[in-house]
Amino acid sequence: MSRRRGLTRWAVLTAFLAVGSLTATACSAPGGGATAPTPQATNGGAGTATAAAAPTCGTAPVTLNTYIETGFPLPKDLADEFTKQYPNVMFNIREDQFAVITQNAPRVLADDPPDLMRLPQMSELAKEGLLLNLDSYAKAFGWDTWPASQLEQMRVDSSGRRGDGPLYAMGLNFSMTGVFYNKTLAQKIGMTQPPATLAEFDALLQKAKDAGIVPIAQFNGGATGGFAFPLQDLMVSYGPAGPINDWIYQKPGATIDTPTNLQAAQHLQQWVKSGYFANDVNSMDYATMMSRFIAGQSLFIFDGDWESGNLDKQMAGNAGFFLMPPATAGGKYGAMSAPLTYGIAAKAPHADCAAFFLNWVATNEKARTIDVQVGGSHPMGPVDAFMPTIDANTVTAQTLAAGAQVGKDNGSMDFIANATGAIYAKSWTPNLQKLAAGQEDAATLLKSVQADYLTQIGS
Amino acid sequence: MNQRLTTAQAMDGREGTTHEVAPDSRRRARRARRLRQGTVALALVAPAALAYLVFVLRPIVLTFQYSLYKWNGVGASTWAGLSNYAALVKNPDLSGSIVHAFELILFFSIIPVALGLFTANTIRGFAASKIALVSRTVLFVPQIIPLVAAGIMWSWLLSSNGVVNQILRLVGLGGITRAWLGDFSTALPAVGVIGAWVLFGLCMLLLLAGMSKIDPALYEAARIDGAGSWREFFAITLPSVRQELGVCLTVTVINALASFDIIYISTQGGPGNTTLVPGLEIFYLAFSQRQVGMASALAVALMVLVLAVVLPLQRITRDSDS
Repeated sequence: MSRRRGLTRWAVLTAFLAVGSLTATACSAPGGGATAPTPQATNGGAGTATAAAAPTCGTAPVTLNTYIETGFPLPKDLADEFTKQYPNVMFNIREDQFAVITQNAPRVLADDPPDLMRLPQMSELAKEGLLLNLDSYAKAFGWDTWPASQLEQMRVDSSGRRGDGPLYAMGLNFSMTGVFYNKTLAQKIGMTQPPATLAEFDALLQKAKDAGIVPIAQFNGGATGGFAFPLQDLMVSYGPAGPINDWIYQKPGATIDTPTNLQAAQHLQQWVKSGYFANDVNSMDYATMMSRFIAGQSLFIFDGDWESGNLDKQMAGNAGFFLMPPATAGGKYGAMSAPLTYGIAAKAPHADCAAFFLNWVATNEKARTIDVQVGGSHPMGPVDAFMPTIDANTVTAQTLAAGAQVGKDNGSMDFIANATGAIYAKSWTPNLQKLAAGQEDAATLLKSVQADYLTQIGS
Repeated sequence: MNQRLTTAQAMDGREGTTHEVAPDSRRRARRARRLRQGTVALALVAPAALAYLVFVLRPIVLTFQYSLYKWNGVGASTWAGLSNYAALVKNPDLSGSIVHAFELILFFSIIPVALGLFTANTIRGFAASKIALVSRTVLFVPQIIPLVAAGIMWSWLLSSNGVVNQILRLVGLGGITRAWLGDFSTALPAVGVIGAWVLFGLCMLLLLAGMSKIDPALYEAARIDGAGSWREFFAITLPSVRQELGVCLTVTVINALASFDIIYISTQGGPGNTTLVPGLEIFYLAFSQRQVGMASALAVALMVLVLAVVLPLQRITRDSDS
């Protein structure tokens, strides 16, 4: 017995020592050692001050490490065209779903810094110093002469608030949302032109329902809260876009629980009650919504123009688009509009070349053509820049025209899902699912989201 | 053996005084041999122990440490004391997720174990035949399918136009069809069904193995005494597989409380958090909300919770056995 006791003692002692040595590292606070790099210190060749001559990709072979969202052909097509024009530049492309990119972003930017990366909500990434400050490039390439609203959403100040401060990302294009409809089904219910008011839209929804057509398919299942699309469209239909943007940009005192937003949420609730949505919205993911719409199983979807190119291919001539009509005739139009954000890691080895690529996407005629034809959205860049000619019968042409309308009405907003890093997953999604299931009313929805918002920006 | 024991006692020092007759040199030689043997034993254990330390103990210690900080996983962290734990108690999402985990025990443990007992007992009746082999294999197959694949498959089956609803319509029950995973009242049970389907095979196989150990003479004796199959089951089969039952319950209860994959694939916690479980919440906290400290606190709490449930379970099945 005692021999075993002796051995046990040995083992215990050794184990104790081993645990001790292994966890000794744990005594310091986590993350303390890896101090976040300041953008200036790691700016590499670019340098914030030395921006007189615009940087290029040079002539030596360069491989840009690129991290993109899977399922969209635009970035790859742009990369291919760029390599054609600048044969010394190759792209090493890694693809992930957007949710995965969201989860990986800080780690990837810190440990394996990509030269170009599709960015999720970027407040924290910028605040942590993981993204390169692009202000010097903006000056060198003249991005600061473009319409300010294009870049506004990608500016982050030192406290992580968006809308102002240094530029931390660039768009490949900027997208816009509204309502897509199936022309064949629209004909069946006698819809000859897009509704001009919300009341007209309601009438169409009722007609579709009476005709046995599913009026709206909208993804809202699992971890997705796609009801945010119709909700925000309704918000800007009832009220102005400005206060919604203030809320998204975390301006002090901003609230989502305003009288007009309540009207919007109540209207959405009424749609739910009237049975205008497919009965399984709470288990519908984005891909299911798209396949049902393309297959002609629903009249409307609320979505963005990133699908325009896709719909022109898959339902050529059969898809139409309109902006959410205003609540009263002659009212102003609004829409969610956001750049397809790409950033450069603070420690990226080829920051200059990546910035040159981003500038090329916005200014090169070939690139702008790809942007519109493949991406379906409006390219970034100066107002008078080259635009490819688009067949007027395509849905792409309609979304581009709608974009111009929104610009004219000053009705562009960021997504309410982007207000904080967690607001979409932890607040909008569960609350919108409850609204869709009739478990929660409009007032409670806005109150809960506002409460969560305050907790999140307070912490 | 005796000699070695004596030596060991001598070395132990406490009760060794009477045995210390060997001269110093011999004692030293023995001590050296003992040390060598000890070293060999340690060397043999070391790789496994090291792996255990690095991959099990160290993460646990680190998780506990992280739980005391406010940290986003990348930047600098700040000391938070026990405030993360305090926040756990206050957050209704988190307490809700723990309730869901307990509800899942019904589907992940009780149903598979009950069904497993029933099937194993049935199969035992014709254990030697080919049918037994086939049914055993068929029922065990879900266990070898990756959980992710099972989750995807079931989310198709349970979708609004899936096979489950098609069958219901076929038999005239079209009125109750719905998107099972997207309905507030059915999402959690639907997820539970997936878990039950996966774990049933494991329970059945374990219990069947236990039953095959039972001496057939017991059944013969019972039959001679006039016991029916019901009586046989409760008097012989059930008590004999008590240990296997304990293993089944332990494994499945852990699966229920620490569930993640099936739910992540099929509902991701929706709709409206009705299927949110602690495992999923830890993942969201750490990787979506980047609150590593909070996620770690919940992980520690979950570990304590699992231990608190499983340890008494172990005791019950052990005690009644001895």
